[in-house]
This record gives sequence, C-alpha cells and structure tokens, in this order.
Amino acid sequence: MYAFDVERPTSVADAVAALGKEEAQALGGGQTLIPTLKQRLAMPSVLVSLTGIAEIQGVCKDDDGRVCIGGGTKHAVVAKEAAAHYPALAELASHIGDPAVRNRGTIGGSLANNDPSACYPAAALGSGATIVTNTREIAADDYFQGMFTTALDEGEIITEVKFPVPEKAKYMKFEQPASRFALVGVFVAKYADGVRVAVTGASNDGVFRWSEAEAALSKDFSAGALDGLSVPGDGMISDLHGSGDYRAHLVAVMTKRAVAAAH
Amino acid sequence: MPKDNGIGASTKRREDVRFLTGHGKYTDDINVLHQTYVHFLRSDVAHGKITSIDTAEAAKMPGVVRIFTGADFEGVGGLPCGWQVTDRHGEPMKEPPHPVLAQGKVRHVGEPIAAVVADTLAEARDAAEAIMVEIEDLPAAVDMKAALKDGAPKVHDELSDNLCYDWGFVEENKGAVEEAIKNAAHVTTLELVNNRLVANPMEPRVALGDYNRSDDMSTLYTTSQNPHVIRLLMGAFVLGIPEHKLRVVAPDVGGGFGTKIFHYAEEAFCTFAARQIKRPVKWTSTRSEAFMSDAHGRDHVTKIELALDKDNNFTAIRTETYANMGAYLSTFAPSVPTWLHGTLMAGNYKTPNIYVNVKAVFTNTVPVDAYRGAGRPEATFQLERVIDKAARELGVDPIALRKQNFITEFPYATPVAVEYDTGDYMATMAKLEEIADVKGFAARRAESEKNGKLRGLGINCYIEACGIAPSNLVGQLGARAGLYESATVRVNATGTISVMTGSHSHGQGHETAFPQVVAEMLGIDESMIDIVHGDTANTPMGMGTYGSRSIAVGGSAMVRATEKIINKAKKIAAHLMEASEADIELKDGAFSVAGTDKSVAWGDVTLAAYVPHNYPLEDIEPGLEETAFYDPSNFTYPSGAYCCEVEVDPETGKVTVERFAAADDFGNIINPMIVSGQVHGGIAQGIGQALLENCAYDENGQLLSASYMDYAMPRADDVPFYQVDHSCQTPCTHNPLGVKGCGEAGAIGSPPAVINAVVDALQSGGHKVTHIDMPATPSRVWAAMQG
Ligand SMILES: Cc1cc2nc3c(=O)[nH]c(=O)nc-3n(C[C@H](O)[C@H](O)[C@H](O)COP(=O)(O)OP(=O)(O)OC[C@H]3O[C@@H](n4cnc5c(N)ncnc54)[C@H](O)[C@@H]3O)c2cc1C
Repeated sequence: MYAFDVERPTSVADAVAALGKEEAQALGGGQTLIPTLKQRLAMPSVLVSLTGIAEIQGVCKDDDGRVCIGGGTKHAVVAKEAAAHYPALAELASHIGDPAVRNRGTIGGSLANNDPSACYPAAALGSGATIVTNTREIAADDYFQGMFTTALDEGEIITEVKFPVPEKAKYMKFEQPASRFALVGVFVAKYADGVRVAVTGASNDGVFRWSEAEAALSKDFSAGALDGLSVPGDGMISDLHGSGDYRAHLVAVMTKRAVAAAH
Repeated sequence: MPKDNGIGASTKRREDVRFLTGHGKYTDDINVLHQTYVHFLRSDVAHGKITSIDTAEAAKMPGVVRIFTGADFEGVGGLPCGWQVTDRHGEPMKEPPHPVLAQGKVRHVGEPIAAVVADTLAEARDAAEAIMVEIEDLPAAVDMKAALKDGAPKVHDELSDNLCYDWGFVEENKGAVEEAIKNAAHVTTLELVNNRLVANPMEPRVALGDYNRSDDMSTLYTTSQNPHVIRLLMGAFVLGIPEHKLRVVAPDVGGGFGTKIFHYAEEAFCTFAARQIKRPVKWTSTRSEAFMSDAHGRDHVTKIELALDKDNNFTAIRTETYANMGAYLSTFAPSVPTWLHGTLMAGNYKTPNIYVNVKAVFTNTVPVDAYRGAGRPEATFQLERVIDKAARELGVDPIALRKQNFITEFPYATPVAVEYDTGDYMATMAKLEEIADVKGFAARRAESEKNGKLRGLGINCYIEACGIAPSNLVGQLGARAGLYESATVRVNATGTISVMTGSHSHGQGHETAFPQVVAEMLGIDESMIDIVHGDTANTPMGMGTYGSRSIAVGGSAMVRATEKIINKAKKIAAHLMEASEADIELKDGAFSVAGTDKSVAWGDVTLAAYVPHNYPLEDIEPGLEETAFYDPSNFTYPSGAYCCEVEVDPETGKVTVERFAAADDFGNIINPMIVSGQVHGGIAQGIGQALLENCAYDENGQLLSASYMDYAMPRADDVPFYQVDHSCQTPCTHNPLGVKGCGEAGAIGSPPAVINAVVDALQSGGHKVTHIDMPATPSRVWAAMQG
C-alpha cells in the first residue's frame, strides 16, 4: 500500500465534495479496492469511505413496487432484507464470497467495479434495474460497458439500485473453483412483459444479455424452450479454469437450470 | 473404558488452547528493539541476464538503511543442497550454485534480485520501486521435455544442459525388467502428470535475524520445521558462522507440509544483513511472495508400464519419470524423485522385477522439493492408477487384482532395495471394504443415476517409507546429513518433567502426544510433563520433523532417555528403601520392592536426586536428567487401503466427493484422536491435489496461479465426512514404541482413490475415458467427456 488519507463523510453531498479532490477514490466495503492497494496497483491520495453515509444504506420498496437497495448496502444485509421482496436477488447476495466479504462488500462497490465474474451485474442487467447516482439514473442496459467498465463518471457515486420485481427469477452460479466468483453465472427473470437473461463470468465483454434465450423463454418459460440454443465459444473468456467453449456450454446448462428452478 | 492418560488415550491437544484463542507465538509475533524490515525486489521475468542494477536513487530514499544486491554476497556461500544423487553412469548430479541474491542472471519469477533494508516496511517497498534493474530477457525453459531438447534455453549456462541427473533404479534390474515385459501376457501402459503444488501453510514464512555485538552471537527466528538443520546449513555452508555463535529459533509454526524444511535465501539474508548493519532485520512473506518463493511440490511427468502374466500376476514394473527441480536445487530436492519415490515402487505388491528411471530437469520455475508425502505420493499415484487401468483392461475386479498380488509374508525385501518389516494388506483391505460399505455401492450408484449423476468408486492401497531415516543407509544413498533424533528428559526436583526434543511441532500435536509416552512409562500424569522444542539454545541437536518421523524417531529417542531416567531413579529408590536395585519395580508412579509393601513415590525419588542428603553420592551423581540419540535401523512402513466415491455432474463435469474411507496400519498408536486428525488433514490435501490444486506456468515461465484467485485450495465443503480406521495394527519391529508414523499417509493414499473413482464414474456413463490428469477440474472432466 502507498500512504493515503481517509475521509469519512456522513452525507452524499459531503462525499461528492470529498471526491472532487485530486486522486480521491470512493471506498465501499474495500473487498476489491483494499487488495488492489495492498498490491500497490492503485495510488489514490484520499479514500472517501462511504460506509458512514446512512442515506445510502438499506433495502426498501418504492411506490412502483421496485426493491430499492442503497448503494452502500452490504451483501449480508441484502441477503437478509431483500429475501421477502426479491428472493432470487437475496439468494445471489447470500452466495457472494464468504461471511467476511458479505459483511463488508457493498452492492455499489460491486456494480462500480463491474468485475466480469461478479454476481450483482447479472442481477442488475437481468432485472433491468436502474442504477441511481448522485447525478442521474442509468438503465442497466446502458450502464455495463465491458469488463471493469461502466457508465459512471469520475467521482460519481452509486446511491441506490432499483430492481423491478419479476414474477419468477433465479440466479445459477457455477463457481470458479479457486476464487468462487462465477465461472459462469446466469440470472433469469420472468416479467409480465418478457424474460430477461443476463450472463456473467463468461464473456470477454463482461456481463451480457442472451437475447436468443430471452426470446425463446418469453414465448415458453420452460427449460425445454432452450433446447438447441447455444452461445458461441468465440469471445468467451478462456483461462486456466475453462476454455471459451466450456464457458459457452455452461451458459446453456446454467440457463436451463435457472429456468427450471425459478421461483 | 478408553484410557484417559498415557499411550492410547485420545487426550485433547493442549497446544490448541493457545492456538485457538490467539495466544500462539509465531515468528512474526517476535519483534526486537531497533528492528529493521527488508523488502525483496524479485524478478518478474523467468529468465534473463541482469545487465545493470542501479540503487543510487533508492539508497537516498527516506528510512533506507542499506540496499544489498548479489554483489554483496560474492564472498558468501550459496545455499547448499543436502543430498547428492549419483546417476546411472556413476556420475554425481549437476549441482549449480544457488545464490542468496541473484548473481548475473535471474532464473525464475520471484527470485530475489535486491534487498532493501529500511526502518519501516513501507519505506523499504518505496525504495525498492526506485531501484533501476535492467534485465535482458532470455527465452525460458519451462516444459521439462522441451528443456531437455538440443538448443533449449539453458537455465545454468555453465552446465552442458538442463539435465540434473538421469537415475536408474535398480540399474541392474533393467535387463530383467525388459525381458519380463517382453514375455508378459499383458502390459498396461499409462502416461500421467503428477501436478505441481504449492504447499500454502496457513502461516507464510518469516525470518528475523538479530546480531548481538556484546557476545558476537547471531540469532535467527524462523518458520522452520528443523531449526538445528538450518543452523548447520546456514552456519557452516552459507555464512561461516560457528555453531556456538548461532542460535536458530523456530517458535510456534503455523503448518509446514515440507516447505518449511528447507534452508531459504531469506533466512540467510536476514542473518547476514543483521551482522552487517548491526540491527535486527525482519522479513515477513506476503502470500504472493509465498507462491513464488516457497519450494513447490510434486511436478512429475511419468510413463509407467505394468506387466502381468496370463494369471494376472504382476511380473514387472517399468517407469520413466521427468522430475522438475525448478531453477535451483532446494535442500532435499534431489532425494524426492529418487530415494523417496523409486524405493516405493513395489507398493504393496510382490512384483519380482522393477526398474525406475528418473530424469531430473532444471527449468525456469520455482525450486521444487518435498511436500507432504514427498515422492511417495508420486509413486503411489502412478502404481495405483496403472493397476486400476490394468484391471479395467483385463475386465477383473480391481480389489481382487490387488489382493491377488499383495505381499503376504514379512519381512519382505522388494526389488527396489527396501525391506518391509511388517504389514497386513489383506486386513486393511478387508477393513476398508467394511467401513466403505463397498457392497452398498451399487445401490448408491443407482440412486445417483436417478438424480442424473454418474457415480464412481475408486480403491487404492499405499505403502510408505517413514520414520526417516537410518543414517548409515541414507548416507550411502547420498544424504549429506544424519537422520537420527534426540531427546533430553529433565526431571525436576518435584517430579515434573521437561522433555527437550529435536523434533519440531508445527501442527502435529507433539506437545500432547509426546508426554503421553513418558507418562505411560513412568506411570505419572501427562500434565506433569512439558515438551520443549524449536530452539537450538535449549534442545539437543536434532534433525526436526518431516517424513512422518517424529514419533518413530524422536519418540524413540525420548523412550531411550526415559529408560535411562528409570534406571537411575531405581538406583535412588533402592537406596532410599535400603533394597537391592534388582528388586525395584516402577508402577503407577511409585517404586516398590518386589515381594514387600515398601514403596516410595516418584516425587520422593526425584526430590532425593536434587536434595541429596540421604544419597549414595559415591555411586551415583545427583540430579535426574538424561539425553539419548536414536538412529533407526530401518524405515517404518505404514500402509493402508483407501476408498473414494464421487459423483460427476455429466452436464458440467463437476466432481463431488461423496464418501471417503481410509483404513490405515500405523502400528501402535499413541493418541488415536490426533492420528485421525492427521489422516483427515492429509486426505483433504490429497483431494485438493486430485480435484483442485494446480500450480501452472505459461510458456514464458509466468506463474498463472499466483494467488488464491486462481490456485484452488480445498475447503471444508469440498470434502465429505471421512470414515477413518486405524485398528489394523502390525507394530513396527525395530523401534521401541512399535509405531510407524501417520503424518503423510492421507496425502499419499488419497489422490489415486479419487481419480480411480472419477474414471469409474465416467466409464459408467459410457465415456471411453481411461485416465484424467489431476486436478480433475470441471473443465477437464467435461473436456474428457467430449472425447
Ligand atoms: C474473497 C472474496 C470473494 C468474493 N467473491 C465474490 C463473488 O462470489 N461474487 C461477487 O460478485 N463478488 C465477489 N467478491 C467481490 C465482492 O463482492 C466485493 O465486495 C465487490 O466487488 C466490491 O465491493 P466493495 O463494496 O467491497 O467495493 P470496494 O472494494 O470498496 O470498491 C470497489 C470499487 O468500487 C468503487 N466504489 C465503491 N463503492 C462505490 C459506490 N457506492 N459508488 C461508486 N463507486 C464505488 C471504488 O472506488 C472501487 O473502485 C469477492 C471478494 C472477495 C475478497
């Protein structure tokens, strides 16, 4: 780690002000950022901790029935408090990392980081969620822009994420054996106006929607509707843990399983 | 009633109280006044020529005390290798120098190039970034077979090639083996990889060097399994510090698994630098550094052939193995693929002709050395895999094929130079079949199939040579050290006891199990006895802990010393009771005169020894303290049979271990609970090797699995509840406790069972898979199923 200062604002406004300083960076739960700093791969001069900002914490429902999760809400809190409103989302949160990670890591940090193997991006894209920041609202379809890349501007803070609640949904995660992030994770959500299928872990371009599967499932929400459908192995991540073809194969398997288990 | 004291009692591990409550004292917990910190600048390329190192700017950075480079070590010895292997042609292995800091060239990612010593670690790291190093990249030798081809990049320019040695064992058997293979009714051939592993003890390595000008004494605090060995190697071969001026302390050590046996550059550096700057120097490895500087394990590429006659009797075994040494010879590296591997190739079977060929190869990778089991897992894996393959090819039951070929008479001299003293392989196999419920497998398989899963059952046996080792024998085999062990039993005036042992406990539970032995011999309570270990200043010269040797060799030394104590105490008791020494009996902590009701308590005798008012001073010295050194006459030969049941998800290739049973013969057992725990841990590591762990390099010698993000360690939910049994006991015939050692068995015996089970599962699903290399990850299993 290089030396840095820490600021602990208690409001979004103060946080935004603090992030205006040169080389300032937001600190959520630190589960990604702190290891990065320890490796000396980043050199912020100020870390602006978001954990003391009450207004971006917690889970509630808005007037449109959407589940709204504060950007600073920890995975463990989502696992518990979203369970009644959006079980598939709560389940996803409950399988991120280990208890230590879930009690520090936040939804805002996860979405801001947009790791190609992270779980939340699949939920956000698969639910057609809205990412709310201190300046604007961004539709999930516009938010994810390739691995580790998002629509966020410098110093922009995720304050809330709004999830429309589907009739049925399920996240199926096939774990990478070492990190236990998603080798392939598929989030399937059935809404009155159609089905969304978002895939994480697999593509070199980060989380993506599998539109063919969405079309098929929108007509017939059954695992059988996916028979014969596949994604190409080209463009899929190929590494120590699996080839592109293997990942492509898993996309189909996990999608079927998610449909079969959706509730 | 189970015993609650002495040999055979499942006494709870007393050391766990401090470990589990955070009161352990590890090397990193030790801090010395005026301490400095060192950060090593390590190579990020696998192979290159160092054209310049400029430390001028870095040396001016805040807090920097001194920067060292290879040039500072020109007059200093390199890291020695403790074992010399002689090749097939009678030539000694190639033994290139192993510098503390790189000299002229870097030979693996992670090799230390420079060391910055500063007041704080952050300052040391900052300054290290300001060092300008120019390295001219050279192509790397990574794949062993490619590294042996003409024109391959040479790891060591001064050597003719990358071949460290070409070893034949037993060379005289070669012709007979060829003949037997030619005449065989059936030959099964298998090519396989024994995957490279990173030991990953929970506690990374730490070294703290201190130098005291007042008495010219150097002290090294280090995470070692064998502090005396480090003192000897570092003092005599590297730094030229006489032993009486060098103290090595290995306090609580958080796991070793072999990788903390070896003498490392960082230890020598901290000791050396502390003398130079006259301040203590501390290094604490990060996990990232551990991945690229702790000696790795395994990494063999093997072809094995098993020949059988028309009745399925084994007639010959021939193996050819490429063993990766990495860039330099780590302390015991040459012995692992040879004497710890070739000698075990008979396994549990009476195969008359065996020939083992091992080519040890230098590559631009981290040095490879002993890791839990060391050589024996590699032998067991290939042998038990090829037997399984043979059974499938011949359409015979793998258990029956093994039983048919079991050694049944002991002692048994194998064609690979060792003599098994005892064993009962039929008994362990029968016990295994019972605890694994092999009969119930068909029903369990049917159940799995109903759930869309393929289920497989894998069996294997193992034999290991433990209690390492008879010094005269290993001396002939190239060991440059003796492998005895020592103990001093110091009885205090009030009868309590401190046992100073050369064995080192780094998780094994010596502090609990060793007192059980002494308590049993004296008939006193275990709580009266403490074990002292890990400090050359207060323990007799000992060789430390590895090779499942502590109870067999260290425990035997303790028995011998305790016998001396008993002899002397009897003399004192005889005097106190005015009886003849020959009539004195020791029972339940009291000395009595046979045939009378006269008796004196243990404590009265010990008090008399130290308060010798009424004492035969003309015949015996006061005090009650004895030392013994024990050198075994043979290895011990634990053996067993293991069974694994897996489920394979045919859609994803994911393997889950559903059941695992282990029937071991460890001879006599001191603490059954600790033994079970050792087996549990070993099996977890074996399952880790079989399904998860893979230390991978790319073709440029970059470490691909350099953190837990990519290196998969086994976790609690990767392993099932085990059925372990050690009731089959054929005591060792040549040590006083009849013990064989249990530390490595689990890691040796489990990988083949897992892979045999995976192959069985895949074949049950109609897949024509005859072998799958470890780790059998989901992607590999899936690829295998695709054909
Ligand atoms: C052992 C381990 C296992 C894990 N397993 C999984 C897993 O299975 N699945 C998974 O999805 N993830 C996993 N993670 C990652 C985890 O979910 C992290 O918590 C998450 O990636 C980052 O969240 P954080 O709050 O810790 O963010 P930080 O690490 O604090 O920050 C990450 C980045 O986001 C920025 N940031 C943080 N909060 C905000 C905000 N509100 N607005 C804008 N920018 C912000 C920071 O500036 C930084 O750039 C794992 C992590 C670890 C250490």
